[in-house]
Amino acid sequence: MTALLQPAILFGLTGAALVGIGLFAVVTQPGLLRRIVGCNILGAGIFLVFGAVARRGAGAGFEADPVPQALVITGIVVAFSASALAIALLKRLSEITIGEGADAGGPEGGA
Amino acid sequence: MMALLDLSLAALLLLLALGVVAERQERGAIIAFLAFGLMLGLAWLRLAAPDVALTEIAIGGGVTGILLLRAEAALRGRGKTEEPLRRTGRLAVAVACAMISAGLGYAVLRFATPAPTLAPAAAEALPATELGNPVTAVLLAYRALDTLLEKVVVLLALIGVWSLAPDGLWGGAPVVKPAAVPAPLAWLARVLPPFGVVIGIYMFWVGADAPGGTFQAGTVLAAMWLLVTMAGLYPAPDTGARLPRLLLAGGPVLFLGIAFLGFVFAEGFLAYPEGLAKPLIVAIEAALTLSVAAALALLVAGPARKAPAR
Repeated sequence: MTALLQPAILFGLTGAALVGIGLFAVVTQPGLLRRIVGCNILGAGIFLVFGAVARRGAGAGFEADPVPQALVITGIVVAFSASALAIALLKRLSEITIGEGADAGGPEGGA
Repeated sequence: MMALLDLSLAALLLLLALGVVAERQERGAIIAFLAFGLMLGLAWLRLAAPDVALTEIAIGGGVTGILLLRAEAALRGRGKTEEPLRRTGRLAVAVACAMISAGLGYAVLRFATPAPTLAPAAAEALPATELGNPVTAVLLAYRALDTLLEKVVVLLALIGVWSLAPDGLWGGAPVVKPAAVPAPLAWLARVLPPFGVVIGIYMFWVGADAPGGTFQAGTVLAAMWLLVTMAGLYPAPDTGARLPRLLLAGGPVLFLGIAFLGFVFAEGFLAYPEGLAKPLIVAIEAALTLSVAAALALLVAGPARKAPAR
């Protein structure tokens, strides 16, 4: 039981659960914006599992292996760029399907 | 005591993620996600990764938040275009997702012991780079190619966003200011930026030896610019203007230039000459910080909405 409470294992398991929750959101949510958020939760889960690997790789005077940490930082920035592109595409999609001046369109106004 | 903190942090993370899925209002779901991003930053601290924690809080909690909330406001009531899944369909997906989580969890429990690690290898060459922060050394010395390519990915994403502007508006300015600026935002935009800029520069400078660095500093600077622009104190620049494009390209171009000079003055591509590693890395980081700040801010600002001023 105490082994389960080490941060590396505990947050690794949390990351594993987050992957499932994020994937569920990506597949089942009807709103596209929430699917993008789901994608971010999925990514956060994967990063957290990677963080558990880094924490376990402590050595040489470091509390965690710096290599996975650096890769996660790179990953967070790339994930943000992907989200920004996805959201820009989503906004453009809604403009095209609903029409640029139709601000009063109802929730079922799409094609 | 720490175990209790960790357990409540993990439980909170899971609850907030489930809240994002279950919340009916899209706005509520996004706010739950922002809280999730901040808690995730704390989890990274508990994993002894302060550099990641700073990045996660700045990008996951901060800039992504502005991006999502702006998108929600723009799409309100017209983003949903699909039928929700039936109950049996949702159940099947839930079971499949739970199995994927269980498999990953099993992998976490069965991690190899002793854990494979690159920490000794990273420590070995650290004195040669004269850097005190091993994460910065990995980002800009040992695995500099990843960092360079990442900059290119960010720029490509920005080109993708810009290309969504209608033809007539190409090169014009994005609109960041909301229709009505709330008074607290206008006040914050006048008070916060001087502090934010100092914090950003400090984070960049300290990144060589302590947690901090290019991305974190760039994000803070980007947030300050967004604050000023959202409050309408200063308009967003034309995407075709020279200064923003120079800022965007400056970091990667300097990085590439120094990388190629490695062929002449050091052992090859992306190698730094002996004794000059630290000043070169700090120079690259300075240019990259400005590029990252400009790229992140313009990614949030979105495609051009106003015709270019000619």
